[in-house]
Amino acid sequence: MVKKTKSLNLNFGPQHPAAHGVLRLILELDGEVVEKADPHIGLLHRGTEKLIEQKTYTQALPYFDRLDYVAPMNQEHAFALAAEKLLNIEVPIRAKYIRVIFCEIGRILSHILNVTTQALDVGALTPSLWGFEERETLMTFYERASGSRLHANYFRTGGVHQDIPVKLIEDIEKFCRSFPKIIDDLEGLLTDNRIFKQRNVEIGIVSKQEALDHSFSGVMLRGSGIPWDLRRSQPYEIYKDLDFKIPVGKNGDCYDRYLCRIEEMRESVKIILQCIERLPKGPIKSIDGKISPPNRDDLKQSMEALIHHFKLFTEGYRVPKGDVYTAVEAPKGEFGVYLISDGSNKPYRCKIRAPGFSHLQAMDYLIRGHMLADVPAVLGSLDIVFGEVDR
Amino acid sequence: MVENLKKIEKIINSELASKVQNSFIINEELSVEIDVNDLIEVVQFLKSNDKCKFRQLIDIAGVDYPEKEERFQLVYLFLSHENNIRIKIIIKFQSTHSINSLTKIFPSANWMEREVFDMYGVKFKNHPDLRRILTDYGFKGHPLRKDFPLTGFNEVRYSEKEKKVVYEPVKLEQNYRNFDFESPWEGTNYIKEIKNLEKDGKKN
Repeated sequence: MVKKTKSLNLNFGPQHPAAHGVLRLILELDGEVVEKADPHIGLLHRGTEKLIEQKTYTQALPYFDRLDYVAPMNQEHAFALAAEKLLNIEVPIRAKYIRVIFCEIGRILSHILNVTTQALDVGALTPSLWGFEERETLMTFYERASGSRLHANYFRTGGVHQDIPVKLIEDIEKFCRSFPKIIDDLEGLLTDNRIFKQRNVEIGIVSKQEALDHSFSGVMLRGSGIPWDLRRSQPYEIYKDLDFKIPVGKNGDCYDRYLCRIEEMRESVKIILQCIERLPKGPIKSIDGKISPPNRDDLKQSMEALIHHFKLFTEGYRVPKGDVYTAVEAPKGEFGVYLISDGSNKPYRCKIRAPGFSHLQAMDYLIRGHMLADVPAVLGSLDIVFGEVDR
Repeated sequence: MVENLKKIEKIINSELASKVQNSFIINEELSVEIDVNDLIEVVQFLKSNDKCKFRQLIDIAGVDYPEKEERFQLVYLFLSHENNIRIKIIIKFQSTHSINSLTKIFPSANWMEREVFDMYGVKFKNHPDLRRILTDYGFKGHPLRKDFPLTGFNEVRYSEKEKKVVYEPVKLEQNYRNFDFESPWEGTNYIKEIKNLEKDGKKN
């Protein structure tokens, strides 16, 4: 006699701590085995792309902080680069160094969050307590440079908003000297931990070919053994001159992706230290008065500066006609901005390419045949932040 | 970098001569314009050809030009890891046209096409699951079309009375002020419109 079985539909989220935000996952279960996963996204959709079409280029920038709110400045970077490419302006060398320092801080911010919450999802509480203390320190660096801990709005077309104080650079250096020890501690808790390995090794395996077909980027690609990092292969800013390694995984499972993230944090620390060592003096934004606003002193002295100030903060600058795609290696993968300008002071179209969107799309393929308990583990290793997936 | 792009451009132009409508390199980026109906063959070629090897679909961007006859434009961004090159494939079409889906060639096109459908109302042929993706359940309209208002049509709030979330038409305390920078002295567009209305009223 054949026993009739019925599959069970389970609604995971949208309010679930292991969903890393507002993900509604509809799972079809056969016993404890997942047969199908249908992610419903868009619960955090704010219409960023539509809003950007109505704003000047300067006003559009803060929206990028609110995409991947775990590493805000990496997003701003992509938009600033796109506008600079269309305007064809040169960024001063000091600004480039400052940008790289803060992008790498962003990478550490994001990776700490991901590694520790992934551990939390599979049952380890301590790493997140240790990691978040470091995140707090890093966010004070953000605050001291830009005035806010998360939504920095610090990068500008043609440079950064303000110079950073000397004391801040010293403190970042101090942090970089002590942080590798913290990574060692985290690794001590997780890397050889029996439970952590049981939950992650050989879970959510991605082959090379499938990583390409599913438009994976960043750690998701490198974890599967494809040595591809935009900082190395299509270098922007000063990454060409810096000495750093690209960690690559072997098996493409959740555990390898965890190891890649840990190694990337170490490399980021090295990059920051190199930047601090070489940090040159000079201007921090483009000296073109038609694009970057004048400083406060000039405003009181020079009529021209006053006019520029008024025009820049009402009308903004006009960007030549054309379209451009720029991508940066954000902590989660390739974050790109496809910008179309019609020659006015507002973008005609700004398409945001978020890495998490493609990664989450592959959820169904990754989780099929796994157990229900593996869902949080796989989801954790995808490094999903809903700000960027939903836009 | 640019030389590699030129090489690829030459290959595409010679191999797909009948299909390429226009190709250009601007801002160190290669764009190729093709006919809507050739999309599948061109993408298949780009993916499988030994010299191209564009094996990753990065994104699909829709663009709306309401004043043009061929209203919509889709820009497919591809990346070749082997050659370290990006390419943009551009198709232009009228709003009634439906486009061939790329899901057979690139599984990741699934959600990207759903997003384009959601945002622009462009339909895709042979798509396995063409539903809305980013907007609300039961949403009407296509928000990224240029004729869709920024504020939308509905707002939601929790109603104490009905003990549930209710949908209501948008009420704004103040109009969204869209300044016209072409002629800054005449004020905003909506003031101009009111003035024009008054003028017309006087004439009549």
